[in-house]
Amino acid sequence: MSWIVALPILTPFIGAAACLFLRNRRGSGWISVLTALVSLGLALRLLVTVMENGVIAGQVSAWPAPFGITLVADYLSAAMVLITAIIGLATALWAMAEIGPTSARLGWFVLFQTLLGGVTGAFLTGDLFNLYVWFEVLLISSFGLLAIGGSRKATDGAVKYVTLNLIATAFFLSAAGLTYGATGTLNMADLHRAVAEHPDQGLMTVIAMLFMLAFGMKAAVFPLFFWLPASYHTPHYAVSALFAGLLTKVGVYALIRVFTLIFTHDQGWTHEILLWCACLTMLTGVLGAAAQSDFRKILSFHIVSQIGYMVLGLALMTPLALTGAVFYILHHIIVKANLFLVAGVSRRLTGGSELAQIGGLYRAAPFLALLFLIPAFSLAGFPPLSGFWAKFLLVKASLDAQEWLVAGIALVVGLLTIFSMTKIWAAAFWKPHPGGYEPVLTQLSLRARALMLGPMAALALMTLVIGLMPQPFLSFATRAAGQLLDPAAYIHAVLGDKQ
Amino acid sequence: MRSPILGLGARFLLPLFLISSLYILLRGHNAPGGGFIGGLIAALGFAILIFAEGTAAARRALKIEPRNLGGIGLLCALLAGFGAAPSGGAPFQGLWLALPVLPLSTVLLFDIGVYFAVLGGVLTLIFALEEGGDA
Repeated sequence: MSWIVALPILTPFIGAAACLFLRNRRGSGWISVLTALVSLGLALRLLVTVMENGVIAGQVSAWPAPFGITLVADYLSAAMVLITAIIGLATALWAMAEIGPTSARLGWFVLFQTLLGGVTGAFLTGDLFNLYVWFEVLLISSFGLLAIGGSRKATDGAVKYVTLNLIATAFFLSAAGLTYGATGTLNMADLHRAVAEHPDQGLMTVIAMLFMLAFGMKAAVFPLFFWLPASYHTPHYAVSALFAGLLTKVGVYALIRVFTLIFTHDQGWTHEILLWCACLTMLTGVLGAAAQSDFRKILSFHIVSQIGYMVLGLALMTPLALTGAVFYILHHIIVKANLFLVAGVSRRLTGGSELAQIGGLYRAAPFLALLFLIPAFSLAGFPPLSGFWAKFLLVKASLDAQEWLVAGIALVVGLLTIFSMTKIWAAAFWKPHPGGYEPVLTQLSLRARALMLGPMAALALMTLVIGLMPQPFLSFATRAAGQLLDPAAYIHAVLGDKQ
Repeated sequence: MRSPILGLGARFLLPLFLISSLYILLRGHNAPGGGFIGGLIAALGFAILIFAEGTAAARRALKIEPRNLGGIGLLCALLAGFGAAPSGGAPFQGLWLALPVLPLSTVLLFDIGVYFAVLGGVLTLIFALEEGGDA
């Protein structure tokens, strides 16, 4: 079993090693795609195994839990690994049309693979300190990817990003240290018992708050979101798409894992704070987006607002709400990455990302317009797209919990999202290009069009499939939420009978 | 400005740094230390040489492209990770070669891999910074 869980993490690093030796752009680009394909196959195998056998765990180096590093895959982890592989493959293909020879020589594809490996590791680890290590891997590779853009603006964004994330990581490390000092274990399954049995419950709540701060900063939750809009609009578009899809979701995943498995002892305090943070995150994100006029900046603020919905699902902690949160994460990663890829193609065709300076895309590329419309309206929650079901679940869950205000905020934020999306639509697609020239799709070579539009169409198709046939995805999310609310299977898979 | 004192010092310091980095690397098997910190110490030695004599001298002393060094390190570490796979072991499970005096193992191979990966990675960064981002 341990290899099935470990291989999805190891594969990207094999790809990274191969890319280190191959400096040329084409070679490392194809190795990247090949690695992403293998990762996708392994992620599918992991998901099938989990669906057949329930939670599976592997012990690295064969050290028994809770002493060694445990890798665990439950429904949520396996689904996150699969979606990481999907986004990895889509951006690997897309990046071949964007990444230039200089970036490739500086190691763009190496960092790309280590980032994917880090994300996968964070989703699969069952050990808090190991999670910290994966966060470091993520931070180093994402810093490199941000900086490789090379421009002054990119370096500025990268420095802000890395400073604020280092602070979050320092909080995480101190919280992990305190946890180990207080309970003597860092194995998540073992902590479930250790935290509940600890005599000083107040101390446990303090540690829980430190974790909330650290993961909240990573997830870009209000009031710790400001690093995200400051840095996501500067690097290569493939990097933006990858970050937008996956990085903040690692923070959300860590929040969900820690606050369903470990710190559930004082929900009146911790989850109430999460609830308020979720509402404020939704609101500030969407209002911030309304004030922006740059394609990527608008999308960046919308990431913040959407994170609010996911945290809302965790904060309510009912089966339906957690189902909504899981569904929301899966739908959102696909949609958001795709929107950033659309922004990238729009930039290539119109020469800018400032909405006032671009336009004419609808006439130039109606197909691109369609590829924007599907994720954009899905993000806003239009039926029958995937975002509608995600929002519907969460609003219903808040109404069931009699949180009328929360439900109201969730609905208003959806409405305001439409405002931003129509703003982009009107400015970039409908209005003629202010520069007086007409962008045409044939500006891109046939190869670039295939590499860019192909993955985008595939992602849009997935959004449509989730939207039109939500039932299998919904029942999957329900079972994932069930595992989160009742961690007995998780703990048994890790510790066996010796708990 | 090139300082002759620093230049001369660097020639003596580099071997010292390298020897102590190897000591830390091997010591890390059962005591604090290991590949990561060892690799950093070795990289420090080269960093001093870069500051004293420039990147060309450091490249001559290193003899191998730092990125290849990093790749070799990563491959060694991965090889150690897969070492136990043929005999049905877990990922990264340690295998020991039964020698009377020298306990060679995949664990050591992993640490050596980390050592080279860190050395190669840090030097790639420093060279890129020193040579104006156009490595």
